[in-house]
Amino acid sequence: MERETSRRDFLQAAAAGLGLGAVITVAPAHATPKEMEDAIRKVVGSGRVSKGRVKLELPPLSENGNTVPLTVSIESPMTPADHVRAIHVFTELNPQPEVVSFRFGPRAGHARVSTRIRLANTQTVTAIGELSDGSFWSATAAVVVTLAACLEDA
Amino acid sequence: MSGRAPHLLAAFSVIALAGATFAGEIPMTERRSGYDFLSRETRAMQDDDTANPGMLAVLEGGALWARKTGAAGRACADCHGDAGASMKGVAARYPAFDATLKRPVNLEQRINRCRADRQQAPPLAYESRELLALTAYVARQSRGLPIDVAIDARTQPFLDNGRAAFYRRQGQLNLACSQCHDDNWGRRLAGNVIPQAHPTGYPVYRLEWQGLGSLQRRLRNCLVGIRAESHEYGAPELVELELFLMWRARGMAIETPGVRP
Amino acid sequence: MANALVNVPARARRGEIIEVKTLISHPMETGYRRTQLGARIPRDIIRLFVCTYNGTEVFRAELHPAIAANPFFVFSTVATESGTLAFQWTGDNGFSATESATITVE
Repeated sequence: MERETSRRDFLQAAAAGLGLGAVITVAPAHATPKEMEDAIRKVVGSGRVSKGRVKLELPPLSENGNTVPLTVSIESPMTPADHVRAIHVFTELNPQPEVVSFRFGPRAGHARVSTRIRLANTQTVTAIGELSDGSFWSATAAVVVTLAACLEDA
Repeated sequence: MSGRAPHLLAAFSVIALAGATFAGEIPMTERRSGYDFLSRETRAMQDDDTANPGMLAVLEGGALWARKTGAAGRACADCHGDAGASMKGVAARYPAFDATLKRPVNLEQRINRCRADRQQAPPLAYESRELLALTAYVARQSRGLPIDVAIDARTQPFLDNGRAAFYRRQGQLNLACSQCHDDNWGRRLAGNVIPQAHPTGYPVYRLEWQGLGSLQRRLRNCLVGIRAESHEYGAPELVELELFLMWRARGMAIETPGVRP
Repeated sequence: MANALVNVPARARRGEIIEVKTLISHPMETGYRRTQLGARIPRDIIRLFVCTYNGTEVFRAELHPAIAANPFFVFSTVATESGTLAFQWTGDNGFSATESATITVE
């Protein structure tokens, strides 16, 4: 599981640093909800985001944050006149908020994708859907992230 | 009365040969693969060959199987033909006794022996991409087959060593493998369910590693977990423990490539 | 030397919506991990995945480090005509991989 600098890493690095006089800089471990909002703004522009239409499926409990299966979909006729243009996924506590952007068109048939994402912590995932009429819709899902026992480097 | 004694003797010797049931040992009927403790989503990942990340290694192994290598310029396929036929059941019987080395070897070591003896090729490093791919490809050919390692007078001492290691308290936490995996399976440790530790899916795609790894890699992780001294890859202690674990899982189906947290 | 597994139905009826699965071997190094001595491990990810159907783009994914190692996607497309679905992955350090599958549409 990936963390910016775990306590274990920091202590090991500090121990090494004591002998060499190296300085350890610690960057923030994760983004903030504000950064996620900014990332969403970048995608949405000045448009309004309404809750609904997007279906975000994530397991409520994940055995390992390295690989969390995710499915996101929007019901839509997917015709040239009325279809989903894109779905964007964001997190609030990963080191950066953007996860992935999917682009669709009428050729997609369904606006539905499954993938596997990384979650650094227990947190809420947000999906933003963009329709051909320029409207934006959102959905969220909370995931509890656990960690396997008996790791490589303890 | 005299008619019964020989039966009793026979029963005792069978138990002595295979190993007496220890207190806390999981009854045969209650044994479950780590698969049974997975979440629905992770099970789905393992079940679908078009979605199982371990299948990438199996694919690569198939390509390596056909590739000529070594000073002898031979491919595995040149001697063994179609792996689906020739390798069927092989992974289910490893670790197996090696008559030259006079001790059991695991599948990875057997592949390297073949490379040295038949292909005149250097051994592949433990946990290297190629060795994992080949091992996964060979083991995949046993998928669905019951684990069946041979225990006889030759392998018995090594099985006993492996069993002793499984039940021995060790490390800073003074824990024996059996305390988690015999006595507390099904309960949670650090948020995850403790499995019974049957090596049914190796080499396994471990989500924690974000890649494929061998049983020895997993055992080394366990030893780190209980803060015990680890062993080098290929060490006899690890092979003996592998042998014991496979014997303990006898009859359970191979699932390679498994997916585990 | 990328290793990919793609799954496309061999045949479909015209207009049918088919499911496509793709899996590619790639560590997706996030750029946020550090070595034991504190040095940052540089980012190395696939950034873009594009699927074209007889040359026309039908699906695209823009990836960030939060996509898990060995990126996996299941998406759908309408079976419009017989031909080739082509897949392309590109990313950091000049990474580029392609794969394709044919489909017969009746």
